[in-house]
This record gives sequence, structure tokens and C-alpha cells, in this order.
Amino acid sequence: MVPADLRYTKDHEWVRVDGDTATIGVTDFAANQLGDVVFVDLPSVGKSVDQFATFGVVESVKAVSDLYAPLSGEVVEVNGDLGGAPELVNSDPFGGGWMIRVRVSDAAQVDGLLDAAAYERLTSEA
Amino acid sequence: MSEILHDTALIDIHRALGARLIDFGGWQMPVQYTSILEEHRAVRERAGLFDLSHMGELFVEGDDAGDALAAALITDPRTLAVGRAQYSMICAPDGGVIDDLIVYRLGPERFLVVANASNAPVVSEELARRLAGWRAVLDDRSLATSLVAIQGPAAAGVLGPLTDVDLAGLRYYAIAEGHVAGIPALVARTGYTGEDGFEVFVDWARGPEIWTALAEAGKSANVIACGLGARDTLRLEAGMPLYGNELDRATNPFDAGLGRVVKLEKPGDFVGREALARVARDGPAKRLVGLTITGRGIARHGYPVLAGERRTGIVTSGTHSPTLGRPIAMAYVAPGDAEPGTILAVEVREQPVSAEVVPLPFYKRATPAT
Repeated sequence: MVPADLRYTKDHEWVRVDGDTATIGVTDFAANQLGDVVFVDLPSVGKSVDQFATFGVVESVKAVSDLYAPLSGEVVEVNGDLGGAPELVNSDPFGGGWMIRVRVSDAAQVDGLLDAAAYERLTSEA
Repeated sequence: MSEILHDTALIDIHRALGARLIDFGGWQMPVQYTSILEEHRAVRERAGLFDLSHMGELFVEGDDAGDALAAALITDPRTLAVGRAQYSMICAPDGGVIDDLIVYRLGPERFLVVANASNAPVVSEELARRLAGWRAVLDDRSLATSLVAIQGPAAAGVLGPLTDVDLAGLRYYAIAEGHVAGIPALVARTGYTGEDGFEVFVDWARGPEIWTALAEAGKSANVIACGLGARDTLRLEAGMPLYGNELDRATNPFDAGLGRVVKLEKPGDFVGREALARVARDGPAKRLVGLTITGRGIARHGYPVLAGERRTGIVTSGTHSPTLGRPIAMAYVAPGDAEPGTILAVEVREQPVSAEVVPLPFYKRATPAT
């Protein structure tokens, strides 16, 4: 079960919208598919990200995967813990494994994202 | 190319263990069971169990077997004592590597040549062609053999009670015929992990029994199943080449820093001799080096290597080293950039990330092989 209060992309990112701020990470499904995460490359504060465009990279022992932004906006905070502890992406994907916070530029973009039920359907078919 | 995806005799065991399966060299193989990092650490600290039944087992026998192999390969298997093994390669006439191999001498004129899974059909065919005219026959038992490896410091303690082979007397790169769990087996003290360990060859159908016996015996030592993911990080830390990454047709043994393997002075001609003698005289055009990544990023297979603005080479293998806790890589660079201590850069997603040339291997076990 994925958290019901989040929205999701078909590329397995989640977003928690809180006012005009959105917190972004990858789902437990993505973390499990990746395997042991050993490196996360994220944009710096002040950079802008575009909905469904790549904003960073997550690397496991074996694989390199792009990260896609669920929403457009300006990066206001980056999870510095992932530098020393990238394994948080595996152990706590919806919590301590969060990646970036952005100031949302277009709140209506949320409507283009999956809700928890739709995302569950997507991963159960995978 | 064959379209068939082979299964090893252990496929049901892998599925039951929840392995993630991938297509590797024409075989459906487990890449990981739980976590590559956990499996890697198990082998460094305790022991891990590997299904290597995808490897090619080619038996060469006959009055001329030793001479024929000496003419076909770059090493001289005639110099092996019975029961010993050597690292070898089969090269094309231009010196390019067709495959790297382990050659075991099982008897005065009986050898076992172990080839990589993806190359096994090619090696089998090429070797058969090269044996023509010699009193030697090749028996390709790749699809009739299961190969299970137990690798790690606890390996001897787990295997010992199960076998009538005297493991204390079995040296590194040695092989003996005997039994494991009552099953007729060839037990070799070889591996691809940088640890002490054993490879057990049995008849195809006995693979599951061998695996289960070793898994049961290893339970108390917390021996776990390990996939190809951990095998790759383990061999990379140990500085061992992987065919398709460090070795290919466009690479000769001297490029790979394995010139010592080539026995140019052995009696008789061999395929590739002339080309390899030339490389030995003139020096290789590229050199395989170890890199530790000092900047932020992980070097991966195919990434360019830079010396300042100049492109000097290409990464052949790269990962996050579980043992060292930092990114490591192997790469081909221009000979002038190969000295340990040289500062280079790896281009990671269009950004140069600094790297330092270091001696191989990255990891050496505390108790050296005997």
C-alpha cells in the first residue's frame, strides 16, 4: 500500500503538495526495482525543474536511473542526508528518502498526476 | 546467435528464493536474491553460494591433448602438473582475445577448459577447429554440467565435512576428483571473487542436490545465495577482467596488463604468436588501469576518460565498491596516462568528475592464496 495522501507519476516518483511547496521522492516500488541505492545526484537550490523532465539521477550498485519531476517549480530544499546515506531511498522511500522540495509554479499540474489507487493499479500490472 | 534462453538445473531453486532473473550470455540467471551489497559482504566476511552452470565446460582428451592446447591457446598447459590449473586465453591470429579461460589438467592427456557462458559456443567451435589434425578430441559438456561455487573465508569450513577431497591439500588453482555430498564431483580451488573458495562441477542433474547440500551445511555460518550482481562487484574489486568489458576481440592480453599470461617462448607455434610477439616488442597501444573516483559520481561502462581536455580512453567497468565504500572503475587509457597517481577525469553525464589512477587490484584478501 502506498500512502493515500500523495500523488504519483508513472515513472514511480511521488509528490506531497503542502500549500505551494511540493516534496518529491521515489516510491518503494522504484526503490525495490533499483536495488541498493548508492548515489543520488540532485539539482541545487535555486534551479528550476519542469514537469515530467529529468531533475536528477539515482544510481544503485548495478543501474543508473533518471528522476522525473512530478511538477514544475523552483528547488527550495535538497535532502542533504542522501549524500552520506543514499540507502535511505531504500529503507524509507516515502520519509527520510525524500529528495527535493520545490516551490510549485503551476498548482493545476497536480491534476495530471496519478492518485494512490491509480498508481497501485499501475504497479500491480507491472 | 542462438535465440534460446537456457535455464540451469537450479532454476526452480532460484525462483523459490525470490531471485531477480536476467538474460546473461544466453542464460536466464539470478542477478540478485536480496541485495547486491548484502551478498557482496557475505562473500567477503563469510561465504556465498553461486550457480555458475552457465559457464562452458570443454573437455579435451587424447595423446596430443597438451600439444594441441598449447598450439590453440596463449599459455602452455603442458607445463601444468596433473591436478593444477592456469588462467589462459584463446586469441585470434591478430592477437585479439576470443575468450579468457581456466585450463585444468585432469590427467596426463586430459584437460578441462572453462569458458565464459556467452563465448562458450564460439570457443567450443574454434577449439574443435584448432584441434583438427591432432590426436585430441573435444567433448563439450557445457549443457551436461552443473557448476556451483562456494566463495569466501568460510567456504573450506562448509565444504570440508561434505567431501572426501582433502581440502587442506588442495592448493589455490588446483582441482581434484572426488565426491561432494556423495555425488561424483570435480572440486577446484578457483574463483572470481578475490576470496578463497571452491568451484564444484557435477553432472547437470545433480546440481540441485549439490546446491542444497552446501546451502544446508552453510546455514550455521550464514552462507547465502549470491547472484551475478555481487559476482560482478566482487571481481571488479579484485581487479579481475570480465569478457565484454575489459576483454574483447579488439583487445590483446598486453593491453589488459596480462602479458605475463602469454608464453611466447613455449615450444611450437600457436595462434596469435606473431601478432602478440609484435605487441610484446612495441608495447600495447592502450593500458588497463584502476581508477578511484575522487569527485561526485559513479563511472560506468562506456563513459569517456579525459586527461585535461584530451580524451584518453574509456571506462570498461565501474561501480560503487561495497568494500571500499567509494566508486571504483577499470578503464583503458593511453599508455602515457597509465601511471598510478595520474589525475584524470571521467565524463559522467557530460560533466568531468575527477579520478585517480591506482594500482590493481582494489581489494586483496588478508590471507593470501597458497
